[in-house]
Amino acid sequence: MGIMINFEYTRVSSTKAAVDAKSKNASAQFIAGGTNLVDLMKKGITSPERLIDINRLPLQQITTDANGILIGALALNSDVAEHPLIKSKFPLLAHALNAGASAQLRNMATVGGNMMQRTRCSYFYDTTMPCNKREPGSGCGALQGQNRMHAIFGTSEKCIAVHPSDMCVALAALNATVHITGPKGERKVLLTDFHRLPGNTPEIDNVLQKSELITGVHIPTNTFNKSHYLKIRDRSSYAFALVSVAVVLDVSGNKIRGAKLAMGGVAHKPWRMTAVEKFLIGKETTKENFTTAGNMAMEGAVSFGHNDFKIKMGKAAVTEALKQAVQNI
Amino acid sequence: MNTDFKFSRTLFADDRVDGVDKVTGKATFAAEHQLDNMAYAVFVCSTIAKGSIKNLQLSQAKKAAGVLDIIYHDNCPVIPGYNPYAKDPNKKGFEWRGLKIFQNNKVYSNGQPIAMVIADTLERAVHAASLVKAEYVKEEFDTDFDGSKTNEKKLKKSGEYKRGEEDAFKNGEAKLEATYTIPIETHNPMELHATIAVWDGEDKLTGYDKSQGPKSVQRDLSQNFGLDEKNVRVVTEYVGGAFGSALRSWPHVPAACIAAKKLNRPVKLMLTREQMFTTVGYRPHSWQKIGISTDKQGKLTGITHHAISNTSTYEDFNEGIVNVSQFLYDCPNVNTTYHLLPLDVNTPTWMRGPGPATGCFALESALDELSYQLNIDPIDLRLINHADVHPVNKLPWSSKYLKECYALGKEKIGWDKRPTVPGSVTEDGMQVGYGMAVGVFGAGRGQASAKGILKSDGSLILQSAVSDMGPGTSTAMVTIGAELMGLPQSKVNFELGDTDLPNGPTQGGSGSTAAIGTAITAVCTALQQTLKEMAIANIPAFTAFKPEALKYEKGIISISENSSVQISISELLIKSNKPEIDVIKDSARATAEAQKYAMNSFSVHFVKLHVHPVTGVIKLKQIVSVADAGKIISENTARSQMVGGAVGGIGMALTEAVFIDNRYGRYTNSNFADYHVPVNADTPPIDVLFVNIPDNIISPTGAKGIGEIALIGVAPAIANAVYNATGKRIRELPITPDKLI
Repeated sequence: MGIMINFEYTRVSSTKAAVDAKSKNASAQFIAGGTNLVDLMKKGITSPERLIDINRLPLQQITTDANGILIGALALNSDVAEHPLIKSKFPLLAHALNAGASAQLRNMATVGGNMMQRTRCSYFYDTTMPCNKREPGSGCGALQGQNRMHAIFGTSEKCIAVHPSDMCVALAALNATVHITGPKGERKVLLTDFHRLPGNTPEIDNVLQKSELITGVHIPTNTFNKSHYLKIRDRSSYAFALVSVAVVLDVSGNKIRGAKLAMGGVAHKPWRMTAVEKFLIGKETTKENFTTAGNMAMEGAVSFGHNDFKIKMGKAAVTEALKQAVQNI
Repeated sequence: MNTDFKFSRTLFADDRVDGVDKVTGKATFAAEHQLDNMAYAVFVCSTIAKGSIKNLQLSQAKKAAGVLDIIYHDNCPVIPGYNPYAKDPNKKGFEWRGLKIFQNNKVYSNGQPIAMVIADTLERAVHAASLVKAEYVKEEFDTDFDGSKTNEKKLKKSGEYKRGEEDAFKNGEAKLEATYTIPIETHNPMELHATIAVWDGEDKLTGYDKSQGPKSVQRDLSQNFGLDEKNVRVVTEYVGGAFGSALRSWPHVPAACIAAKKLNRPVKLMLTREQMFTTVGYRPHSWQKIGISTDKQGKLTGITHHAISNTSTYEDFNEGIVNVSQFLYDCPNVNTTYHLLPLDVNTPTWMRGPGPATGCFALESALDELSYQLNIDPIDLRLINHADVHPVNKLPWSSKYLKECYALGKEKIGWDKRPTVPGSVTEDGMQVGYGMAVGVFGAGRGQASAKGILKSDGSLILQSAVSDMGPGTSTAMVTIGAELMGLPQSKVNFELGDTDLPNGPTQGGSGSTAAIGTAITAVCTALQQTLKEMAIANIPAFTAFKPEALKYEKGIISISENSSVQISISELLIKSNKPEIDVIKDSARATAEAQKYAMNSFSVHFVKLHVHPVTGVIKLKQIVSVADAGKIISENTARSQMVGGAVGGIGMALTEAVFIDNRYGRYTNSNFADYHVPVNADTPPIDVLFVNIPDNIISPTGAKGIGEIALIGVAPAIANAVYNATGKRIRELPITPDKLI
């Protein structure tokens, strides 16, 4: 059932004006593509008094600099996925973007919005159910409920939701940095530090402070020559990941010189697997090593019943993603 | 706006007569009728599974802008038809099946409508509905199918059957016993259920309603509100899919009428997508156990088939899941039982292929499993057990071309490439599997009436009060009318979806084409006879002849022995001073034939697929669906119907499942993001082949029926192909990747 509550709408044309507008109203929210926020408003999960439309800010560009590529926060998911620079230098990101949502949603959704999207946990979306993320203190419905889609890493008793993004999983593997502006000026946060684990405050998804605005995401130049994004899902399109794996490798001959891996569908944030990366560096690209990597990736995983399969599937996915990456150019 | 569409009717004429209207937005669906002074009703639904409403907090909602009324159990008018014989229980007759909305404070399921807010706009009604808060007295409830199916005290017997020896499979030379489960699946057609109710005074009611049977809605409403049927008009010009969900009037239909009467203005009530999960039925959760055996040569010696499916606590829904095992194959010893498990959920209903779609998943999976045990090709195993006469009633079939279906499909899919050892063939790193399974559904011919109006401009209007939920009924009737009258299709129109038209059947059970087609055939024959008689009466050149000496061909009446004496329809009507002539004809039920013949449509579905050996992801490569559905009237819409059924079968096999949190008795995925219907990327090329031999015992058009057999058998064909690819036998649908890793 939807809720229709009056709200103010304002459009801003500079990042400063955007930050100022948000500073003035604690309940205000930025809106860009609106592909998640509008649903949340219709479902009664969030009811901002004011929407600040940031679509006209000059943040759509994809530009190169000395250290890599800067993608504006308002670049559309579909535009980024099709951009020649992204396709040639960071094909992993293009693949991850195209694995997400549907063509219609990608045409509306922005890069900044993709990072800010909220979990798709069904208890979060059903306002008659308990959910600590939506209503702190009400309990976690998923913990002993329908938790097929839920996390196996970094969970707390308060929340076992996952972050739904595919794009962010690729950005985590690519060591991207989030560019943020706010009342106190600009700052940069590693994407892997941007989203947070639920702990005792699952209502807080990320480290963005009130009145701060994401202006872009920077991907550093790298030496990786192999990559793969593997997404396992319940149907071939328009379905969130059961598990997904983003992998980039620097391979010379059959020797791995560099490796970065992240998983989606397993945690409250894109899940970087640094131990696996360390293990792989210096190893040969053999089936045995990839299988070991898969097993290592799942060390410490804890499941909750319906999502028990994710541990086995996670091993398989990491192993397979590494194999596919080596075969890819 | 540029309204100069480049589509033209001729471009689509061979495909779908209402195609242009549908794709250009001209088609008006139930909720799209714009009426003056219309108000909008929105349901408030329960958030507990069982109990009673202690209090509804309405003050906030009443204060909200635009709110006209809030109707709930305390202030809802009594609906006379809900309980017409309360005072005289000996009187038998119609009683409203199902939930009697707003008549008491009881809650029988989570998501049940408990109040209805009516406002001057939809948005205001939606908002005000969100402000209604209910306080409940909760009661213990049970929504746990898996947990309660073993509790014999809860089960209700719903039929048993035995021929020969009971449980003969236990002594078979080759045998197996296995259980199969299918979760709740929902119809969820694109078009949401909606009713617009308009009263004209106290005793005349018009409903614009999404329905598969406008006449049955007319009957329901006339009985609910104690009105003469002729004073109730139901309009259902277009239907955006239904798959069975619109086979009956659900509580929102009388609810809209109650609101419109109370407010004395037109009221529209449209369900939300979430409400579609909890108020308009679904395919029930089912559990089946099959014991099956053959001798060493593969001849069936015993089938034991038990099934349990859920129903609600306030209504029984039985869909004869085990019936297929009684008659699909020749087997001397068969025993079946079927039980219902009432749970605190809303009532299930017929969903495409009701009964056999579920039963065939178990039976056809079990046969496939036996074929590996016996080392006999699955097709050969079915041929060995082919039933020449109906094993239950021993009647011959009116037509049965199942063997032809096997042969056609086998060739098309390339069955000879099927690995005989599961998991032994790979293509591009993927495991390759082939599978097949049979579908069957009852055929027959229902009662229907049709009217034909032939005009002096040579055009023909055909009418019947049916609705067309998507199979292409209009197209098929235009095709029949045009062919029988020898007129171009552009000159023939089929008008439907209005109870003011001659009585038509409810569209369900694959019977529309046979029933209405028969009436249309009778109409065309009668029109030709009338034309001949008119020529004799009014045209001098014909007066000396009897009707038998005249012939009708392509809009021309002529003397059989001297075709130079002829007159066109137009000229005849003009010279007879008649702008038009019309006839109404009925087709009767095929009851006499049904006593002499068994009547079924058959299908065989073949599947080729890939399974990723590590991730368990399934990629369908090809589906071949072959149908013995009698004469195919409209090839493109028939093909389209088969393709749609195959896609429904993909959903059943691979993606669709409703999840319930049994702690709350509440669905957790009642939306299109989390309830997965297959998307284009899940759908392989689908080849459709028709045996296309008419069955003139069932109907003069030769048509049997397609709607159900298009889906029945697809899911087991996919499951069988998965086994062939991987060696993993999955007996619990849907087959998601986690089940294959």
